[in-house]
Amino acid sequence: MTWLTWRQFRGSAVMTAALLVVLTTTLALTGPNMASGYTTGIAACTQDDTCGRFYDRFFGQYDMPFMAVSLIVLLLPALVGLFWGAPLITRELEAGTHLLVWNQSVTRVRWLAVKLGVVGLAAMAAACVCGLAVTWWSDPLDKSAPGNLALMTPLVFGARGIAPVGYAAFAFVLGVTVGMLVRRTLPAMALTLAVFVAIQLAMPLLVRPHLMPPVTSTFELSEANVDGLGVSRDEGGKVRVSLETAVPGDTGAWVLANTMVDPSGRTLGGAGGGGGGRDGGGGEGSVPISTTSGPCAPTQAQGLGTCLVEINRLGYRQQATYQPLARFWPFQWIETGIYAVLTLGLTWFAFWWIRRRLS
Amino acid sequence: MTAVLEAQALGKKYGRHWALRECTIDIPAGHVVGLVGPNGAGKTTLLKLAGGQLEPTAGEITVLGGRPGGTPAQLARVGFVAQETPVYAALTIADHLRLGARLNPRWDATMAEDRIARLGLAPKHRVGKLSGGQRAQLALTLGLAKRPELLILDEPVASLDPLARREFLQGLMEATAEHEFSVVLSSHLVSDLERVCDYLIVLIDSRVQVAGEVDRLLATHHRLTGPRLDPDRLPADQHVISAGHTDRQSTLVVHTDSPIHDPAWTVTQLSLEDLVLAYMEQRAAENRRVALEVQR
Repeated sequence: MTWLTWRQFRGSAVMTAALLVVLTTTLALTGPNMASGYTTGIAACTQDDTCGRFYDRFFGQYDMPFMAVSLIVLLLPALVGLFWGAPLITRELEAGTHLLVWNQSVTRVRWLAVKLGVVGLAAMAAACVCGLAVTWWSDPLDKSAPGNLALMTPLVFGARGIAPVGYAAFAFVLGVTVGMLVRRTLPAMALTLAVFVAIQLAMPLLVRPHLMPPVTSTFELSEANVDGLGVSRDEGGKVRVSLETAVPGDTGAWVLANTMVDPSGRTLGGAGGGGGGRDGGGGEGSVPISTTSGPCAPTQAQGLGTCLVEINRLGYRQQATYQPLARFWPFQWIETGIYAVLTLGLTWFAFWWIRRRLS
Repeated sequence: MTAVLEAQALGKKYGRHWALRECTIDIPAGHVVGLVGPNGAGKTTLLKLAGGQLEPTAGEITVLGGRPGGTPAQLARVGFVAQETPVYAALTIADHLRLGARLNPRWDATMAEDRIARLGLAPKHRVGKLSGGQRAQLALTLGLAKRPELLILDEPVASLDPLARREFLQGLMEATAEHEFSVVLSSHLVSDLERVCDYLIVLIDSRVQVAGEVDRLLATHHRLTGPRLDPDRLPADQHVISAGHTDRQSTLVVHTDSPIHDPAWTVTQLSLEDLVLAYMEQRAAENRRVALEVQR
C-alpha cells in the first residue's frame, strides 16, 4: 500500500522537494552574508547610539525578500491542503479507481491510513523545513523589523517557527475530509481554501491574543515609541503625539492596544482616535502644551528631544497592551498544539466516514 | 452444495430511496452465474454489497460464508471487477501488476504476466492510452491473478464493442476452465450471458424471479402456440409466465417439469433471451395490475 501511495504521489513530491531545495539553497547562500552585515552594523551603531537608524536602513535593504519568504511560508499550508489534500480521495472517486483499490486484499481503513500517513508526513516535513529555514534566515531582519512587522505580529508569527507544521497538517487533513464529503475535486478545493482561510484569519483575530493574558504597561516617551509630533490646530494648538506600534525595550512584541494617557491614567483623545487597533495601527494623543512658546514651540530649534522631555516631565505616557516577544516559543507550541488537536479530530472523522458512509 | 452468495431480506437505502429491497438470494458454488435484470433492478447494489463496498441497510448477506469486505482475508477471497472497469490512467500496465502483487497475498504473477503478453500489451504502456477493451482486459487480469474463490463482474462488457466483448468473455471462460472458481457476472443483455453462463438468475425489482441452471431452465420452459384459450384451463403443473392472445390464437410461455402432451399446442423451444423477456413482461404486467387496483 505504501508503494502504491508513493507511486501516485511521487510526481508532486519530487516537484515540491525540488522547489524546497531551491529555496533553502538560496537562503543558505544569502543568509550568512546578511547576518554578518547585521553583526558589523550593530557593533558600529552601539558606539554612537544610532541603532534606530541602522535598523531602518538594514530592514529597508531586505524588505522585499523578507516579505517574499514570509509569504511562501504562509501560502505553503494552503497549497498543501488544496493540491495534496482535496484531490487525494476525490480523484479516486471521480475516476472510479476506489472500487479497484478497495477490492485488493487491503481494507479501506488501512488504505486511508497509509495515504494520510505518507502524504501528511510529507506535508509536515515540507512545512517544517520551509518554516525553520526561513526562521533561521530572517533572524537579523526580525530583530530590526518595524513594529508593524514585529516577530509576534500575525503575518510574521505564522511564517516562523513550528506553527507552519501544524497549519500544513491541518490544511492537508481538512482537504482530505472536505474531499470525502464533497466528492468532486474542484468544489472540494474551493471549499478547502475558503474554510482554511477563514480559520487562519479567525486564529490571530479571535484566539491568539488570548492564549495568555496580555501585558498592559506604561512607558516613557522616547524615540523608540514615538513616531512623530505635530501641532493639532483644531484643538487650539495642542501637541499631537503619534505613537509607533512598538514598546520600548521589547522589539518584536505584538502591540494589541496603544494609547496616550495623562498623569492620572486617563486616555487622551486624538485626531486619529485614541485606541490602537489589533492590526497594529498606531495610537495618537493630543497633549495640552503650548506650541507657541516653551520647549514645544516649533520656532525653537531644539528639535524633538526637548519637547519629549517636557511631555514626559508632565507625566504623559504611552500605555500599551501587548504580547511580549518572550512568549514567541510558548505561543508557537500552544498554537501548533491547537492545530494538532484539530487535525486529529478531522482525522478521526475521516476514518469514521470512510467506514460508515463513503462508498 | 455451499453457497457463494447468500442474502436474507437484504436491503440498501440511499437517502429515502431503496436501491435494493427485500432481496433473498442463494447462489451455489462452482458455476458461472449470470445475474440479469433491467436497469435499476438493483444488480450493481447487490454486487457492491457482496464485494463489501456497501454496508446493507437491512437484512443479511454472506459471501463464501463470511461477512463481505470486513477483513483482508475476506477481501483476498473475492475478486471484483467494477462497472466500467476502472484503472489508474496515469500508471503503466507494469505498475498495475505490481499493485496487484503488493496488495494481494495470493497474487499469481506468472499468470498476470502471461495474460498481458498474450493480449499483446506492452507492460510499459500507460493505461490512459489503452482502448476500452484493453482496459477491461487489464481489470480482468487484476481480478483473475488475485486467484479469488469468487470473481464478481459488474456489467463488465456494457461499454465494449462486439469484438472486444467476445474477446473479454472468451478470456474469462478460459480462466474459469483453467482455475476452479465461481463467477457472478451481471448484465442487462442476455446475449452476453448466454455464451458463458451455466446458471442464471433473473432479478427484477430486487426480487429473484427465477434462478437455476441454464440447461434446466431451457428444458422446463416452453412456448405454446395454439387456438385461443383461457390460461386458467391449463393443467395445474403448468405455470403461465406470459401470455399473448389474438382473436383466434394464444401464445403462452409456461414453466413445467412434466412434458406437454396436449396435441392442440405447437411446442417450441425458447431461447434464453425469450425466457428472460417473458419474466420481465410478467413483472411489468403485475405492476400495471397493482397500479390499476390502487387507482380504483
